[in-house]
Amino acid sequence: MSIVVKDLSFAYGNHEILHNISFEIPDRTLVNVLGHNGVGKSTLFKCILGLESGYTGTIIINGHDARSLGIRERAREIAYIPQTHSSVYDYDVIDVVMMSTGADLGVLGQPKHTHVERAYDALNKVGVATLARRPYTKISGGEQQLVLIARAIAQNARTIIMDEPTSSLDFGNTVRVLTCVRELARQGLSIVQSTHQPDHAFLYSDKTLVIDDGRVWAFGDPKDVITSEMVKAIYCVDVEVNSLYGDTVRVCVPVHAAQHGKQDLKST
Amino acid sequence: MTQSHSYNEACKPLYLHASAENTSSTGDDTGVTLEQELSQQSTDSSLPAEVTSHRRTTIIIICLGVLCLIAAGVSLLLGRFPISPSNAIRMLINSIPFVTIDPTWTNQESALFFNVRLPRIVMAMLVGCCLSAAGAAYQGTFQNPLTSPDILGASQGAALGAAIAILLGLTSLQVSFMAFAFSIIAVLLVLVVASHAKGNRVLVVVLSGVMVSSLMSAGVSYAKLVADPTDQLPSITYWLMGSLTGVHFSDITLVLLPMSVGLVVLFALRWKINILTMGDEEAQTMGVNAKAVRIAVIIAATLVTASSVAVTGMIGWVGLVIPHLSRMLVGPDYRRLLPASMLMGAAFLLIVDDVSRLISTSEIPIGILTAFVGAPFFLYLITRRNTA
Repeated sequence: MSIVVKDLSFAYGNHEILHNISFEIPDRTLVNVLGHNGVGKSTLFKCILGLESGYTGTIIINGHDARSLGIRERAREIAYIPQTHSSVYDYDVIDVVMMSTGADLGVLGQPKHTHVERAYDALNKVGVATLARRPYTKISGGEQQLVLIARAIAQNARTIIMDEPTSSLDFGNTVRVLTCVRELARQGLSIVQSTHQPDHAFLYSDKTLVIDDGRVWAFGDPKDVITSEMVKAIYCVDVEVNSLYGDTVRVCVPVHAAQHGKQDLKST
Repeated sequence: MTQSHSYNEACKPLYLHASAENTSSTGDDTGVTLEQELSQQSTDSSLPAEVTSHRRTTIIIICLGVLCLIAAGVSLLLGRFPISPSNAIRMLINSIPFVTIDPTWTNQESALFFNVRLPRIVMAMLVGCCLSAAGAAYQGTFQNPLTSPDILGASQGAALGAAIAILLGLTSLQVSFMAFAFSIIAVLLVLVVASHAKGNRVLVVVLSGVMVSSLMSAGVSYAKLVADPTDQLPSITYWLMGSLTGVHFSDITLVLLPMSVGLVVLFALRWKINILTMGDEEAQTMGVNAKAVRIAVIIAATLVTASSVAVTGMIGWVGLVIPHLSRMLVGPDYRRLLPASMLMGAAFLLIVDDVSRLISTSEIPIGILTAFVGAPFFLYLITRRNTA
């Protein structure tokens, strides 16, 4: 099991964010986490990543209790890919990637040649090795996201958490990033990513976790989980879930828009 | 549009690479040539670039080191009382233990050389090195390029300590001690306040630094108000302007230990400072204890800043400007930025100090001169940021 969460609860002061959350994520699995803004997805990720420690319940990462892991030990098990962000200083892409390779270095250690090679390998894997010597601040948002994915790969952790990796990307970059993530999961990594697009779950995930009001609303195969009832309950919009290509893919279409479209067709 | 275009250019060959690998087993000619082409491309473009850029920055750092040595050599000869190069070299050789050469210099020359000029030059270089290293380290750990070593109140604390010591009529050595102690106390106060405050760690530390600074400077103002205007007030004012006049070897022995401890710690943490620029949460998920590293950097930077300010008074701008100049030369990577800043800071402060003691018959306090260089540069910096 990559991540096991048992009875996880978390509160900021009196305001409870997560209530008794339990789920298990097997190895080599790509999980999509759905839920509207402010529902506790980021808090859940922070607890799993060890950035918040004031939770009750248990989190087990690759067989280790998260509480017993030191910062460096945890970094060897689980990596984090944040949303693209601008860096204050214009580090070269290769240096940004290399920053994650230091989990085996002591406090005073400096990266060596093997770390440089690990960083290049990771960039190659994601397909952006040609950017190695470009400044990180001067490449596009999609490229930055791929570089951050490479950084997580260079960390050599088996489990990766991604917080809304495609929220600020255009359509083309979204597809590129998600394809890359899909491929990494096939190669043996466990990846948990949050997203706002239920459609993405059909295309780019093995399992879907739906969180609402700090509880697990549903967890399982995307085809079972993502229904018009679920979307209605979570996002408060009416959608029709339709299948394409002999049910290999499904899409969520807003009902209002669909009806308007039909009426337009009739009137013409 | 242009961004996505450059993205396509960057990615295409690598996606082709993947397909070339898949088809190469079938003996497809184009697949093989593509692969060869690509392997050539990657070795041509990436690895040598790594080596050349590394070599370039190494050369720059060596040049800065040479600049330091030349500046020190020339500074030894400069002054209202000229010392010939041959005498300077002979006196230096003579000072090596177990080596004696026949003196071709007068006792007066030797006294001036060893008691006035040499300690002053060494101190100028030490202080320049320390302030620049501390400034560079702070700019990284606080993820803010406009941070200087006195952001956490080290300078204002030292000023208050010195002002109190002058009011009490203490000796100059005791003034230095008081300045050092108050500088450390001010920063500790900031850390205690920040640890009790809620919110963004970086912001909280910097905000409490600004607050403690203004508290300390209010104290300095009050000290000036109650000071005897005939002798105490001028000496407080003069101290605040910063000067390397009258530095002795005893001052150097006093600050050498805290300075070297601080500099060694900062230098050892140079890679971790890189990772801290990505923010605490990311640093932590990459296996770096951001909070602990930041505290270590603050303590080390405070040690070197407090030691510098305690003996020289307030010398501003060096810690802000030199790291920026170094960043323009060697890039933001602290593995090169930190040594480059140290060397450039040493050379810069030494040259400015030479100007301050040579430009007129009565010395201009060095703090004023650094501001003359620093303020216009700072303005240039922020206007450049806005247009970029």
